[in-house]
Amino acid sequence: MNLTSSSSSSPSPSPTSTRFTRALGVAALVGIGWLVLFGLFLSPNDRVQKTGVRILYIHVPSAWLAYLAFGVTGLSSAAYLWKRTRNLQWDRVAGASAEVGVLFMGITLVSGSLWGRISWGQFWTWDARLTTTAFLFVTYIGYLAVRDLGGTHQQRAKRSAVMALLAVLEVPLVHFSVKWWRPLHQNETVEKGKLNGLMLFSLFIGLISFTLLYVWLVIHRQRVLALNDQVDDRGLDLALAARREES
Amino acid sequence: MNAWGIARLVAAKDLRVEWRSRVLINQVLPFATLVMVMFAFALDNDQTLTRVAPGLVWLATMFSLLVVVQRSFAVETADGALDALQVAGVRPAGIFLGKSLALLAQLAVLELVLMGAAVVLYRTELHAGGVVLLVTTYVAATTGLAFVGTLYGGLAAGAKGRETLLPLLMLPVVAPVLIGATRATEAALGTEGATPSDGWPWIGLLILFAALFGVGGTMAFGSLIDE
Amino acid sequence: MVAMLHAPYVIGSYVVTLGGIALYTVGMFARARKAAKRLPDEERPWS
Repeated sequence: MNLTSSSSSSPSPSPTSTRFTRALGVAALVGIGWLVLFGLFLSPNDRVQKTGVRILYIHVPSAWLAYLAFGVTGLSSAAYLWKRTRNLQWDRVAGASAEVGVLFMGITLVSGSLWGRISWGQFWTWDARLTTTAFLFVTYIGYLAVRDLGGTHQQRAKRSAVMALLAVLEVPLVHFSVKWWRPLHQNETVEKGKLNGLMLFSLFIGLISFTLLYVWLVIHRQRVLALNDQVDDRGLDLALAARREES
Repeated sequence: MNAWGIARLVAAKDLRVEWRSRVLINQVLPFATLVMVMFAFALDNDQTLTRVAPGLVWLATMFSLLVVVQRSFAVETADGALDALQVAGVRPAGIFLGKSLALLAQLAVLELVLMGAAVVLYRTELHAGGVVLLVTTYVAATTGLAFVGTLYGGLAAGAKGRETLLPLLMLPVVAPVLIGATRATEAALGTEGATPSDGWPWIGLLILFAALFGVGGTMAFGSLIDE
Repeated sequence: MVAMLHAPYVIGSYVVTLGGIALYTVGMFARARKAAKRLPDEERPWS
């Protein structure tokens, strides 16, 4: 992202900021402001779900982004494992995306169970989609733990890339086994086409602003990971230099 | 030496180590039986116990699997044996298959004991009509568990805090086996009027699981234990 | 009436969502500053 250069003297909340990320961050923030305005105040109540439909404007976008984030993690991991595109940058993107994905998946689970409490009268049902989502959440928490196991950057990258691909393998297995396990699962309560214009617009704002937010978070996060990697490398260099001086 | 030859040697070595230390017989089997007794305390109802016995057997198997896998890799990492094998140029695929095979053998013993415990403690009844399904379920599910156990055990081996990391990594992955094997076992035992024909679709899932993780593990094990 | 009953759930979900993202961002920037302090400025290829 060498779009622009930022001088270090300009006030910035983070050393990972550039002009591009700042613009993106402002856009995401404005989008979220709109989302709150439309989602909570300007959009009407649903005929069936009443005010509960408002949760969907954040629930659906965060679920979509969580799955997108894990998709990005899988693709970046594959890109790292493939010898011709092997670069630690892919590994950092995979890690950043997985972490942001875990955040969005946590939000999805909480907002979804609050919505379920209103619509179904219960926080949780053993539906294939819900259960797969919960397993995905735990799996990627495990993935993040594997990233922290230590070793060289290359070891970490290889190990976590394999883990990410195994997680991709696991998703359909869990999904179909749960689906067969409880065949009578709850259907979607919101039928398509029942949302009116302003509701669809709120949902649309949610999707746009959360996607901007995701891109913004991942760019920052992978830069923080790059900084941390450099700190590690430097620490190693300094230690080696110190050892050389001793001898 | 080809991968299969290495696998046989590694498996024989693991089982010999196991036989000399008797950790499986002296610690894991008592632990698994204890879990079965604790389930009875928690559920506190004979009919419920008979109803959920297949699931409990498989759940106890999975808890014990964690212990066995940790033991299997503690042996390797304690004196750097895994690294030594790698340095000696032993093919990782062979190590993976060998350790899976040894794990499979230990799990088979464990499951026999757990099934026996279910018959004695939970009043589970075996039917002649379901024996083929039951045996197939056990073979398919245990193979899958052995592959997953070896794969993730190898990953967590040698890492700090592996005791806590292994369950977190492994339990979500083996969830389909728990579901599939439980349903298939229920069909084989005739729990709640299920018939053996209800169980066979689940065998497909279990075989698919075992095949995917067998192939995936054979390919990926090298990069996971690469230190 | 129903809307009033459900308001805590709706507002709660927005608070959890936006609060969670905000907390994560603050934590991330704190980590960034901590790492940057130990590095000279030129080690930032993006700036």
